[in-house]
Amino acid sequence: MLNSIGIDIPATLPGISGRPLYQSEFANKPAGKLFAKAIRMNRPGHSKLLGSIEQALDKTGLKNGMTISFHHHLRNGDYTLKLVMAAIAAKGFKDITIAASSLSSCHDFLTEYIEAGVVTALETSGVRGALGKYLTENPGKLKKPVVVRSHGGRARAIEAGELKIDVAFMAASACDRFGNCTGSFGKSAFGSMGYAITDSRYAEQTVIITDNLLDGFVYPYSIPQNDVDFIVPVTAIGNPEKIASGAIRISTDPVQLLLAEYSALLMQETGYIRQGLSLQMGSGGASLTAAKFIREIMEKKEVKGSFAIGGATGVVAKMLEDGLFEVLYDAQSFDTAAVQSLHENPRHLAVSVSHYANPWNAGPLVNDLDVAILSATEVDTNFNVNVITDSNGVLMGASGGHCDAAAGAKLAIIVVPLIRGRLPMIRDRVHNVITPGSSIDAIVTERGIAINPKRTDLLEKLQGSQLPVMSISDLQKKAHSLVGRPEPIKCVPGAAGVVAVVEYRDGSILDIIRKPQY
Amino acid sequence: MNDPKSKLRRTMLFVPANSPKMINTADIYGADSIIFDLEDSIPVSEKDTARLLISQALRSLKFNSETVVRINHPTQTPYGMNDLELIIPCKPDMVRLPKVESLDEVELVANYIANAEKKLGFVEGSITIIGAIESVKGLYNAREICRHPRITAIALGAEDFIANIKTQRTKTGVELYYARSVILMAAREAGIQCFDTVFSDLNDSEGFVAEVNLIHDMGFDGKSVVHPKQIKIVHQIFTPAAGQVHAALKVLAAYQTALNNNQGVINVDGKMIDTPIVVRAQRILAQAAAAGIKIDELANVKEEAASATVGKQQKQHVEQHRN
Repeated sequence: MLNSIGIDIPATLPGISGRPLYQSEFANKPAGKLFAKAIRMNRPGHSKLLGSIEQALDKTGLKNGMTISFHHHLRNGDYTLKLVMAAIAAKGFKDITIAASSLSSCHDFLTEYIEAGVVTALETSGVRGALGKYLTENPGKLKKPVVVRSHGGRARAIEAGELKIDVAFMAASACDRFGNCTGSFGKSAFGSMGYAITDSRYAEQTVIITDNLLDGFVYPYSIPQNDVDFIVPVTAIGNPEKIASGAIRISTDPVQLLLAEYSALLMQETGYIRQGLSLQMGSGGASLTAAKFIREIMEKKEVKGSFAIGGATGVVAKMLEDGLFEVLYDAQSFDTAAVQSLHENPRHLAVSVSHYANPWNAGPLVNDLDVAILSATEVDTNFNVNVITDSNGVLMGASGGHCDAAAGAKLAIIVVPLIRGRLPMIRDRVHNVITPGSSIDAIVTERGIAINPKRTDLLEKLQGSQLPVMSISDLQKKAHSLVGRPEPIKCVPGAAGVVAVVEYRDGSILDIIRKPQY
Repeated sequence: MNDPKSKLRRTMLFVPANSPKMINTADIYGADSIIFDLEDSIPVSEKDTARLLISQALRSLKFNSETVVRINHPTQTPYGMNDLELIIPCKPDMVRLPKVESLDEVELVANYIANAEKKLGFVEGSITIIGAIESVKGLYNAREICRHPRITAIALGAEDFIANIKTQRTKTGVELYYARSVILMAAREAGIQCFDTVFSDLNDSEGFVAEVNLIHDMGFDGKSVVHPKQIKIVHQIFTPAAGQVHAALKVLAAYQTALNNNQGVINVDGKMIDTPIVVRAQRILAQAAAAGIKIDELANVKEEAASATVGKQQKQHVEQHRN
């Protein structure tokens, strides 16, 4: 069956049922009530402290076939998932589903647990490194395809009861004896606990794993004690050097600078740099570097923004500090400067990922976004965006908040170099779709800017502009004239080729990631 | 503005000719000219590959900017003539002759190009030469170098020059003041363009701005740059202010009205307008147009210039002055 963007979705997918096909951004509507965990009670004097992760497995009643969850705030410095999986494997558990908010290359060890049958399903925003390669090459090793969700989509699935978490193992860089915890200070500080807030509220059991158990109280906390069942102190939840990089800097790469400048000028010329501007930028490359130019224009025009959404970085935190934004909402902190700002600046607020991007609540922050500047691994002439697979069709990225921010923002800008290496980045058809083209308003490259033709208002404003505005097909022709037109990647057809299912944020099936056929 | 001696060249961006990535993106930053370098930025072990690479690039890519190739010195190195052999058939707009010290060297390269143009069927004189003065000897011969008909521009190469005069770069630029002045006068005497040396401390943006202001005020036509981020700064400094553009438009409108009425003396806002002022007004408008200033929107000045007058002789002067 073809969905509305022309992707052929198999009638049956192992382990996945009852999902509608993607129709349009807000087509799939919710019904019923929020999911709820069982009611519980603890008497006064009850201690949540446990001596080890093994003990936590016993206390939570973990069984074969259960689903456990992790957050990825510790990024590539995370030790928690490995600590828990080692204990699970040692106890001989099998058939575990890992529902992580995302996976990094530090989780490559999961291939061993998949081979051993300990892990049989993965639900995540992203997969990278050797694990991504392994999963791409070996569909069928898991009992069902990898489920790829956006951040907002994952929060929606949890709250709607589509993703049922039996035990959430949540790392915290500081936790008190009652379970109030945070990521904003401690030796392994990682900032906002945006993903963990939702998991701990809806998981059947929540275990906080911390390397900084305080005798006093943690305040302000991200997760309150009433959502915490157990606490396990460990030596280290992660490697601080890999958790958060030092302050992420504005790029000095001239192409990135040009993309960033074009994005800022595009915002200016289309009238979006105005009082009350709300903005989401990425954590690196041109998307972050745009901050430099946006800042310059805001200061020149004496414009004060309303809110910025993170992926928080020191660059945006500085804009907050300098009064360019009233408030910074932070679902995930990307560098040490952002972590510090979250801890110190009362206008820098940690928010849950449901608050940030869940389409099925009374109104997530993304709904109020003016502008989102997002990156891409490739785009196509229908403005569809891929951020999950590389030019060989291998899993190497993450859905993240891409489709969430794009669906919400009034102006969703994609910044992407027109050419990477010897490949054009505007394809006839992206290899995989994470964000449908209907959500994208502009594609900014170093050689030209394409505006989605449905945005006639933008095209009108850009008439006579000095910016290199052109049609997407002309922009693609430019790329082809320099590097030629690549062949599409062939994939293994049928059920045997299905590596992953891409869920749109509303739970419908947007795309199928298949094993490439070389 | 197709005349190579008057083409707008505010920035000439150096790009090492051994980097496919940099060659590919060389023209996206808006530099007026790109100088593909075969000389100092290319190690001896890569001279041949860089030469091959840039010759292929010139043949197969369409650059939005003017293309210049800096060859190696034709007599002081064993590479210069080989560079010409491979590069000239690819028809760059210009060849940059480094460390030029005498007219002989210009003639050697100019004759090679002239013969090649004939053989290849190119328009005679279509590939011009920009000479780079990088030594005291070169400086003292600048006047005759500038007068060679194939030389359309002269540039200062400061690094070798200051080594030659046994000093170093300073914030004030005092060490280059004499050299800058001499080549500028030589260029103006010969009616060619004049370009300043590179500023290589990429972290010193204040110093860069100060230097660009200095050479702009001295009268240079533009500056060689080593990083794309320098381009915008030079262009901003070389972009006339709105008031200047407005005044230039008035001058030219008055000039045109006077020409049409075959009148002798031009008067704008009570001031007498003579030939150099008209030429300067034309240059200001060219710079403004290149910087993206919408001239048409500023051009509501024709009525104001109705009293202007100009003579035929003056028109001839203006044309001569421009060339």
